[in-house]
Amino acid sequence: MVTGTVESGSLQTAIEWMERDTDAEPVIEVEGLNFYYGRDRTLSDVSVSIPQHGVTAIMGPSGCGKSTFLRTLNRMYEVIPGARAEGTVLFAGEDIFKLDPVTLRRRIGMVFQRPNPFPKSIYDNVAYGPRVHGIRRRSVLDGLVEESLIRAALWDEVKNELKKSAFSLSGGQQQRLCIARALAVRPQVLLMDEPCSSLDPKASSQIEATTRELAAELTVVIVTHNLHQAARVSDHVGVFLSGGVLAEFGPTKKVFEAPRHPDVQDYLAGRFG
Amino acid sequence: MTAQGLNGKGCSAGADDSPSLHGLPRSLFRKRLDVVILFILSSASLIALGLIFFFILREAFPFFRRVPLVELFSRTWLPTLEPPRFGALPMILGSATVTAGALIVSVPIGLAAAAFIAEVAPGITKDVFKSAIEILASIPSVVYGFFGLAVLAPFLQSTLSLPTGRTALTGAVILAVMALPTIASLAEDALTAVPASYREASLAVGATRWQTIWRVTVPAASSGLLGAVILGMGRAMGETMAVLMVTGNSPQLTASLLKPVRTLTAGIALEMAETPFGSLHYHALFSLGALLLLITLGMNWSAEWFRGRLVRRHRR
Ligand SMILES: Nc1ncnc2c1ncn2[C@@H]1O[C@H](COP(=O)(O)OP(=O)(O)OP(=O)(O)O)[C@@H](O)[C@H]1O
Ligand SMILES: [Mg+2]
Repeated sequence: MVTGTVESGSLQTAIEWMERDTDAEPVIEVEGLNFYYGRDRTLSDVSVSIPQHGVTAIMGPSGCGKSTFLRTLNRMYEVIPGARAEGTVLFAGEDIFKLDPVTLRRRIGMVFQRPNPFPKSIYDNVAYGPRVHGIRRRSVLDGLVEESLIRAALWDEVKNELKKSAFSLSGGQQQRLCIARALAVRPQVLLMDEPCSSLDPKASSQIEATTRELAAELTVVIVTHNLHQAARVSDHVGVFLSGGVLAEFGPTKKVFEAPRHPDVQDYLAGRFG
Repeated sequence: MTAQGLNGKGCSAGADDSPSLHGLPRSLFRKRLDVVILFILSSASLIALGLIFFFILREAFPFFRRVPLVELFSRTWLPTLEPPRFGALPMILGSATVTAGALIVSVPIGLAAAAFIAEVAPGITKDVFKSAIEILASIPSVVYGFFGLAVLAPFLQSTLSLPTGRTALTGAVILAVMALPTIASLAEDALTAVPASYREASLAVGATRWQTIWRVTVPAASSGLLGAVILGMGRAMGETMAVLMVTGNSPQLTASLLKPVRTLTAGIALEMAETPFGSLHYHALFSLGALLLLITLGMNWSAEWFRGRLVRRHRR
């Protein structure tokens, strides 16, 4: 692909490509995405490039389609009867609608609004994904479980009680366990849909810190209603407005300091939403 | 009568109470009267259970006083001979064989049907399957018996070249169909009770739908599924008319599925009509009834316990 671009002869495209490379290469490119629940259009003509690594925050008033957008990226919407997406979504250059959803979801993980550990042990929760993908060797599983729990900043708290039920953990610990479960299949992207909304401030800030650390090696897309959280945690921000229009997207600092869209200015000033 | 009693009480209390407080116990009681009526009506089932228990045990008691309990578990049932023999083992084994045979067929099919309805089937297919199962449950057992007698027994007799088509196997197949709705619909309830968030979490790490069903939904519903199986077993064990019509009713001790057997239920139903009231034989039949009652009650209670555990486990 690289050589192809250069060999096409145009100096212009080569320079563009190099500039793109020094900037962050997009990992997810959305072009003209429309989303429907039955007849209702929930996302209107969304186009956005989500840069690789770092944290992209998705914001916007309630019901504007943030969760829907997230569920499009890993095709989780497909379990809902009547839900339909149109447009192009490329993940690492590949059309996600042509990928096997199983492969796609292994590479794009998801953490949900409410912690949803399985009624299994802590170990079995984290080992679930690898097992589903055929890993049987105990030593490999042990390694993945430890690695994932460390990355989710939960290891120190649970390393001596991996056999205990996941339900014995606190809400914040359960959410970090869910992060570890998602990380155990080594995804390149982690989608998080309001992961802190059911947690207290202390647990929330732990999740935020974890998210920041993860962003060094993978791409995090996080939906949040909390402006302060978005400002603290994200590198880029996208703001949806009602009707499922992506009204603003850019580096967090830029969007917060000088939003272009007047409604986004109002939203960020807390005047609605 | 009770209202008068209340008035009397209310007046005496009102002697030193303020008028505003005076009205209070009356309205409280009126509320409580509703509760009392509801309680009495709804405890009808409890009372019925108690009465059934009481009378069966009362009628069984004279038998246990005259015949040692171990006699029930011996091999020969000749209640009208002199001296009579009350070995119910053939019938106990008959019930066990037919029930076990029925479960071998109905558990896999019932659980598969439940999984299909709860997890896989799209809208209309789901409704069709659900109502088919409901209809299966509503067919009177004598119709099942008739079907077994007229269709299944001759079929089994000719295909397996048996001396008679009325065998434990015939009963097992008919009972399997009869227990199927119980197992399928209760198992479906159990699977549906598993929170959708578990499924989402499983799909989101890249599990397929089948992996999600087998590794997450079924284990999470396991106690409810077990409850469904136990209640299906109770259904098969307690069924009388259909088995009476198709199993041949021979009180011989056998563990073969291809021979005629008599179940506890069929034994009681067959002999009760021709037994002199108050005879030892009569009381013996009640002791069999008591045995059956204990078994089915035990099954029901354990099933409810398992099903309750499922709910307790996921209520968060
Ligand atoms: N399963 C569904 N079936 C039909 N409509 C749905 C479904 N899920 C969401 N919607 C509709 O789509 C729109 C967007 O929903 P979505 O959940 O994406 O919003 P959101 O931005 O995440 O809101 P919130 O901030 O409240 O989480 C809403 O109008 C909602 O009613
Ligand atoms: Mg949402």
